[in-house]
Amino acid sequence: MKKTKKIKIILNGKTRSFQKITSVYDLMRSLKISPDKVAIELNKEIINKKIIKSLYLKNKDKIEIVHFIGGG
Amino acid sequence: MKDLFKIANKKFKSRLIVGTGKYKNFSECAKAIKYSGAEIVTVAVRRVNIVDKKKPLLMDYIDPKKITYLPNTAGCFTSEDALRTLRLAREIGGWKLVKLEVLGDKKNLFPDMIETLRSTEVLSKEGFKVMVYCSDDPLMAKRLENSGAVAIMPLAAPIGSGLGIQNYTNIKIIRSQTKLPVIIDAGIGQASDATIAMELGCDGVLINTAIAKAKNPFEMAEAMKFAVIAGRKSFISGRISKTLHGSPSTTNRGII
Repeated sequence: MKKTKKIKIILNGKTRSFQKITSVYDLMRSLKISPDKVAIELNKEIINKKIIKSLYLKNKDKIEIVHFIGGG
Repeated sequence: MKDLFKIANKKFKSRLIVGTGKYKNFSECAKAIKYSGAEIVTVAVRRVNIVDKKKPLLMDYIDPKKITYLPNTAGCFTSEDALRTLRLAREIGGWKLVKLEVLGDKKNLFPDMIETLRSTEVLSKEGFKVMVYCSDDPLMAKRLENSGAVAIMPLAAPIGSGLGIQNYTNIKIIRSQTKLPVIIDAGIGQASDATIAMELGCDGVLINTAIAKAKNPFEMAEAMKFAVIAGRKSFISGRISKTLHGSPSTTNRGII
């Protein structure tokens, strides 16, 4: 039996709902963001990008995705 | 003569570091970097725009394989924020050479030296090579060196003020008491300021606003490049001593 799970996470400070997303890897794919140009925090802890396939998300998880921008 | 700029065992030809903020767009920024001849650029860490994914990326304009990215903690007011930012920066691409800046005053953007010292210690222990933005206080500069900093970066004047070097004496004292590179960070307004910094014996200069906000950023970038080269050459060539009286440039022998 297939279930469509809906989860709510706080992504870069904003609450967003996702369907069919179970891991951080799924999230990155659905956002179309390549992990090699960013850093990811899950609940304030920096995560190892090599293991994002096995990092599962649950409701109310806080995700921060950052990259480099121009700065002084 | 080979006169290389060494930071944490890395060698560079250019002694000018430029910031990548305040430009109209990335393409203007990339062109200005070319004119400046800089091999190191400072970058900031911010949230990815999730909504507009077509927004251009800095890395598409400035190749981190060709130009050394120096992640900076611009906008951090606590040690905690600065540490978080640099740990994230390291995760983006394995950068160990970083610039720490912990601000303490929103109006003048002066560094909070207590938080800065604390962060330098922690980051050095974690294996970071920390270049540190600091006040022009020789005592604090010494403490930073003892905390493991790889470069001392005193301000010339408040960030973005364009006021030029305010305290020649302190900069000279900081330069004379350390083996670490001393890089003037913040406050440069025009090319002559950069030359003076180098003539005081500094090892490099970091400039953002003076280039990015000049009427013609490309020409100003080039002016800064030559200013830094001129100042450095002037410094290492050994200037003449100052005298109160004149000394003729032409010999009197054979005078008619």
